[in-house]
This record gives sequence, structure tokens and C-alpha cells, in this order.
Amino acid sequence: MELDRPLPSPITPEAKPFWDGLRERKLLLPRCQACGHAFFYPRVLCPRCHARDIGWIQASGRGKLHAFEIAYQAFHKAWKIKPPYVLAMVELAEGPRLMTNLVNVEPDPKAIKCDMPVQVVFSKLTDEITLPLFEPVR
Amino acid sequence: MADGRSLSSSVCIVGVDESDEIGNLPGKSQLTLHLEAITNAVRDAGLKVSDVDGIFTAGQHSPALLGEALGIIPRYVDGTTVGGCSFIIEVGHAVAALHHGLCHVAVISHGESGRSGVGVSPRRDTSLTGQFEAPFGFGGAPTLFGMITTRHMHVYGTTLEQWAQVAVATRKWAALNPKALRREPITVADVLNSRPVVYPFNVLNICLVTDAGGAVVLTRADRAKDCAKTPVYVRGVGESTEHVMLTQMRDLTFSEATHLAGEKAFRMADVAPRDFDHIMLYDAFTSGPPIMLESLGIAARGEGVHFFAEGRATPGGKLPINTNGGGLSYTHSGMYGIFPIIEATRQLRGECGPRQVPNVRLSLVNGMGGMLSAAGTLVLSNER
Ligand SMILES: [Zn+2]
Repeated sequence: MELDRPLPSPITPEAKPFWDGLRERKLLLPRCQACGHAFFYPRVLCPRCHARDIGWIQASGRGKLHAFEIAYQAFHKAWKIKPPYVLAMVELAEGPRLMTNLVNVEPDPKAIKCDMPVQVVFSKLTDEITLPLFEPVR
Repeated sequence: MADGRSLSSSVCIVGVDESDEIGNLPGKSQLTLHLEAITNAVRDAGLKVSDVDGIFTAGQHSPALLGEALGIIPRYVDGTTVGGCSFIIEVGHAVAALHHGLCHVAVISHGESGRSGVGVSPRRDTSLTGQFEAPFGFGGAPTLFGMITTRHMHVYGTTLEQWAQVAVATRKWAALNPKALRREPITVADVLNSRPVVYPFNVLNICLVTDAGGAVVLTRADRAKDCAKTPVYVRGVGESTEHVMLTQMRDLTFSEATHLAGEKAFRMADVAPRDFDHIMLYDAFTSGPPIMLESLGIAARGEGVHFFAEGRATPGGKLPINTNGGGLSYTHSGMYGIFPIIEATRQLRGECGPRQVPNVRLSLVNGMGGMLSAAGTLVLSNER
């Protein structure tokens, strides 16, 4: 099947557990073993206490829509999904934020509110790559 | 002194200019835009290119290339590249270098073929954006700055009509600037009915995309007296960075980097946020300047947009903002930060003809890099 969006590239070594987890439909987050701070994007030190001891936890997949946009055109040459579509920043229940798409919602500013509860939807792109998208909690 | 006050007014801006032309220039490379701007700004100062011994630039070209192209072996170079405000930040770096005698005539140069792409190299590290933004369709500034904007609307109730007012106010200034690309008057309705790009932005909420160069020449205040034009004193400088990836910004409605840069510049200059009689703010999007006013402490939080109502930021108003017509209507090559410095200098010299703000004494320049990721602030004055 032809891809309708860009694949994540390049996969960096420090982020590999994140992408490996998604393949098993798990949303994993790096967490500092020293101070317990969960953060995102993955990196080799804790941005809060600067310890170099980082583990991984499985996130609940629940969160809130922190901010959003509705795109009326493609902004990436590999993007083939027909506009309008919803660009989203989600704040996970565990604290970190990530960029994603809000799906299963009318792409209309009247239907979308910041801070509305959302939950993860795993979207398999290839055998290697599954993306974490989000939908409103009904 | 820890707050930089010993550097205040020790250095002056003595020359400013754009490249020979700005706008849509498919016949000019980025290097040409740099070299035109540098020669024009040096001439404006009444100096010779051979007087330049400090080279500052940002973006794709290193100061080494500019030195080579100019035939200069510089004593001091700086290529700090933290986004469009880099040139504003480099004014601070030049002040320190000139004050301490590490160089004697500094030029800060910008050249960018942002529209035509002549001599542009696309190479950069995409490991974060490529993994965590591109797969979801993000690409380019409007898909990111819109997040800041919808969050502000949610928290403060700011409306699309209010953001549109920023575009309308800025266009009124552009109408008075012969170098501005878009000069025809617009209304709030025009902005709201313009082509939707990415909600909350229509095309008139977003800056132009142009080809342009600009340069600024600085020297120590004692030497500035011998230059051609009225010296403009650099009374305060401030810089900071907070994030690159927008998810890492602590509060989307308030720029910590801008706040810190402003605080540093105001303290060094010994001024208060409300003391300015002319303001230049980096306007890549209509929501940028209001949020900067809030982050700088000039407006209360959520109230920055009120400054763009008729009779305040507009021509003849109490607090003129973006008097060149801004990135929204004058020019925006990609890294816009050199141009607000040029305009503030011209206003403080009284060179601005129909758009001249009467009795300007104290001007603020504030710019962002990325999505309010980096910030540079200048306090400029025609009085010491
Ligand atoms: Zn930690």
C-alpha cells in the first residue's frame, strides 16, 4: 500500500525503544530513574535533574489536547492525506507533550477545544512503524 | 558589572541599509544580497569596507565566507545562528567585542534568497523534526506557531478579529514605506476572508516570503562621532533561548526567552518596559507581536492585542509599532531580524519621511528565533 504520510526518519538510537514499543501498540515514555521525571522526546539525560540514568514506562495513552491547528493544505511533500486535517499537540496524563494528529473528529474549530480529553489510537504504517494518533474521549 | 551597565551606550550603530533591492529577486544569490547590504551599510556610515575588522552573520553563510568575499581578514567573527533574531543577539555580542577592543568596526550581515532559493542549501539536522513532527504533517513555521496561537485564544479568549487587527495596523505603516512589498490598505474583513492556510491563520496572518539582504555597522561611541550620520546608542542588549521543539516550550502563551532577554536589556539600559516611544517587534505571524508585548511586560498577559487598535500602534498613534510595515507587509526573507534594527535606527535618526514618528528618543527592538524559541532585545536611543 502506498504511504500517505512521511515515515519518521532518521530513527535515532536513543528513540528506538519508543518506536519499538509502538510496534507492539504500547506508548512508551523515557523516565529518569533518579528523580522520576517522565519526559519526551527521548534523550540520554534527564532535562530536570541531569542524571544519565534513563528508563522507560508505559504511558496510559490518555491526555488532553493542549493546542491544535486545522491544515487546509499539505505542508510536507510526502503528505497525501486530503485536507482539512487536524494537527495537534497533546499533553499526556504523565506530563510530557507530543505532536500528533487528532482523528475521528470533524476538522472544524467549533468541534475542537483545547484541553478536551483525548486517547491514543495506534495507526500502523508499515511492519516497522506504528504512529500514535489521538482521538477525543467520548 | 554583572548587569552589563558598564557596556551601556559604549557602542553605536553608525550604518544601516538593505541590499540594493528587496522583494522577488531570482537574479541574485544569497551572497550577492549580503555583499550589497554590507557595502551599502558601510557607505551609510561614511566608512570603507576595508575599515571592517569584525564580521557577524547568521544562517547558511559563515562569517569566514563573507570575509573571503569581501577580501578582509577579520580580527573577530561570530556566526551565532539561533533563528531570525540572531542578528539582534549579535548586536550584543558586537557591543562586548567593540567595547573591549577585540575589533573596531563590526558589520552584522543578512542575505537570504528566501523566495527564489538562489544559492540555498537545504542541509540541516532533521533527527527531531523528522521523527516527531513530519510524520504528522508538520512542516514549516505556520504549522507550529498556530499552536501558540490557539492556546492563547483558549487561555485568554483572544479572537481571530483581534489577530487580524495586527495585520491591518501594520499594513497602514507599509503604505507609508516605498520599500514595502504590500502597500494597499486592508481591513479586518479582508484578513478574515483571505485564503485559509492552517487554522487559525489565513494568508494575511502570515509574513511575506521575499529575497532580501540587510546590514548594520557598529563602532565605539568615541569613534562614532566621526561617522557620517547621527549615532544611535546601544543602551541595552539581552538574549536567551528556551526551546527548539515546540513541545518543550514551558507555557505556549508566554516566551521565557523573550522575558529574560527583555529584562536584561531593560536593566542594562536602566529603563522600564513602558518607557518606549517606538517599538519594533518580529512579526512572522499576527499573534507574535502581542505575545511579545506580554512576555516583555509591556502589556498585561492576554492584553497585547489591544495595543494594535486604531490610535495606538498605527500611524499617528500613541505607541507606534512596526513602522516599516513589518514582516507582514514590508519584507520577510526568512531571518527577518536585521530589518527591525535598520528601521529603529532610521527612526532615531529622523530619516523616515512620511512614516517618521515625531520626537523618537527611545526605541525597542525585539525579535524571536524559531517559534519564540530564542529572543534578542535591544534598547536603542539617539541620546547617550
Ligand atoms: Zn531526573
